[in-house]
Amino acid sequence: MRQTPAPKGRGSVAYRLVQRAMQQRELTVVLVTLFVIIYFGSVNSAFYTTANIITVCQYLASIAVIAFGEVLILSLGEIDLSAGAVYLSSPWFLYLFWHSGMPIGWAIVASMACCAGVGMINGLITVWLNVSSLIVTLAVNYVLFGFVLIESNDIQVDMPGQTGHFSIIFGVGAWSTTLWAAVMMLAIWALLKRTRFGLHVTATGGNLLAAAESGIRVRRVKVWCFIIISAASGLIGILDAIRIGSINPGSSGLDTVLPGIVAAVVGGTALTGGRGTIVGAALGAIFLGVLEDGFNLIGVNANWFYLAEGVMILVAMVANTQLGIVARRFRR
Amino acid sequence: MTEAESPLVEASPTRDATLAASDVVLKAVGLTKRFGAVVALRGIDMQLRRGEVLGLVGDNGAGKSTLVKILCGFHPPDTGKIYVEGKEVSFRSVADARSLGIETVYQDLALVPQLTVAQNLFLNRELTLFGKVGWLSAGKMRQLAKDYLEDIKVEIPDIDAEAESLSGGQRQAIAVARATRQNAKILLLDEPLAAMGARESALIVDLVKDLSRNRGVSMIVIDHNYTHLFELCDRLNVIQQGRIALDQQVKDTTVEELTTFMVSEYRRELAAGQQLLEQ
Ligand SMILES: Nc1ncnc2c1ncn2[C@@H]1O[C@H](COP(=O)(O)OP(=O)(O)OP(=O)(O)O)[C@@H](O)[C@H]1O
Ligand SMILES: [Mg+2]
Repeated sequence: MRQTPAPKGRGSVAYRLVQRAMQQRELTVVLVTLFVIIYFGSVNSAFYTTANIITVCQYLASIAVIAFGEVLILSLGEIDLSAGAVYLSSPWFLYLFWHSGMPIGWAIVASMACCAGVGMINGLITVWLNVSSLIVTLAVNYVLFGFVLIESNDIQVDMPGQTGHFSIIFGVGAWSTTLWAAVMMLAIWALLKRTRFGLHVTATGGNLLAAAESGIRVRRVKVWCFIIISAASGLIGILDAIRIGSINPGSSGLDTVLPGIVAAVVGGTALTGGRGTIVGAALGAIFLGVLEDGFNLIGVNANWFYLAEGVMILVAMVANTQLGIVARRFRR
Repeated sequence: MTEAESPLVEASPTRDATLAASDVVLKAVGLTKRFGAVVALRGIDMQLRRGEVLGLVGDNGAGKSTLVKILCGFHPPDTGKIYVEGKEVSFRSVADARSLGIETVYQDLALVPQLTVAQNLFLNRELTLFGKVGWLSAGKMRQLAKDYLEDIKVEIPDIDAEAESLSGGQRQAIAVARATRQNAKILLLDEPLAAMGARESALIVDLVKDLSRNRGVSMIVIDHNYTHLFELCDRLNVIQQGRIALDQQVKDTTVEELTTFMVSEYRRELAAGQQLLEQ
């Protein structure tokens, strides 16, 4: 029975290459990202200039980092809507610590600790009080927004720490935020795919009961993931604020976190848990970044911008599921 | 005072008594458990001897799985005590029970569909490098998983396949293999053969028999199939409404007798209900 010869053509190198490619969950996002890059590049040659690439990277660094965090959270079968608010409020934490006389380095550490604390609260309420993480993190999102409005009196301030080597490393350098995002990508990828903790994340999201029956401390795993996404979002928030130079309390954070979630999901991470891909999330962030930048470059009317972006996201997701159906035939 | 609590019993003069006491590897006294309004266990007293295979029989919802989940540390009991090799234990987690050599095949199999066969086999006892960092030795686990499955002649088409893509019986085989691989002292098997074909059933039955006869592993097996139970077990306990209703050596009974016992209870209830209605 086992010796049944493979049908003709199936053993060929080409077939095996296609098979390999089809087995990658990130295939769709690779294709759509390549498509938008080539498209915008051919429409406007300014697309490939270093200056533009830096602009794109600076724009997408925060989306990417939030997306990496969301990959962990979505793999668990949870969701974190507060990551955007953490991203926006962590520079305010920093500012307040610094304003009260703390040296800038310590202020960064202290505000990161605050962000981790927010994540811990998200996690603890979710797992111990059994409230859906969607609601918990949405509420925390508004709490943080309110906190920033109250503390800032709705007035924009200048960020500290904008001079010297310090600033170059922490955000001001042209590639600074991109490199930080790349480091976080490697770290979270290794955590998810190469460590016991990451395997337990997948197990917890894939089959909560099975994970618990195997003795995995599922609650602890969940809380840690909420801490990690908050710390990562907080860090990239501080870096972006130092890069930009000022912070203003104008937005609630949902506009920041949703692109991160979209990047993760377009990249091939399942909303239902158990399947996460960090590489996919990075590609998803590039996709969104290129989209935003490309529409700007070719001068899409601002009124059309959201419509076009929305349609492209839909196209990417539909391509994802449709290709998934084809790809299943190639999976073992 | 129970014999297990008292060291005097173990040192008792007659050899038989000594044997009997030290031979009990697992013992439950007065276990109760409720889930909200549902009383699952109403006071379970049972014991398991070294190398013995104890079958648990009972209707759906009788409390068999609940009992197993208490014995393996998944649920804490509401009241009652558990003794492992004479020592009272109180499990705070499945890991506690595992560290005493208690391994479980859950009725729901406890597999993660998105993980590979090897990853499932090593779930929560992964081989790692660098201590606390927990860097996975994926290649080594994969090889060991492959070797073990070959050893016990379980045929899985692809060790790298996700559990999701396996058949029901194959999944069950993985769940059983995960428990038997651990050199457990006590195996708790909750319907381990429910989804298996004849060949695989026979395979697992042989594996389990070998473990009990030649390695002295003690087991509790839950199964609704009396033929399997009579083939596997030394002794049978019938659970009815959260209590042990019958404790019988297999050699002293037959499938027919057991069936009659199980059904007669039902008939009695029916009759009692009828009487209530007539009054
Ligand atoms: N986690 C739980 N939450 C609430 N009730 C539960 C839970 N687990 C079991 N029960 C209840 O406890 C009772 C005993 O269930 P249990 O699973 O132990 O039965 P069982 O004997 O294994 O049945 P089966 O032969 O169908 O597997 C049932 O009434 C069930 O509804
Ligand atoms: Mg059961």
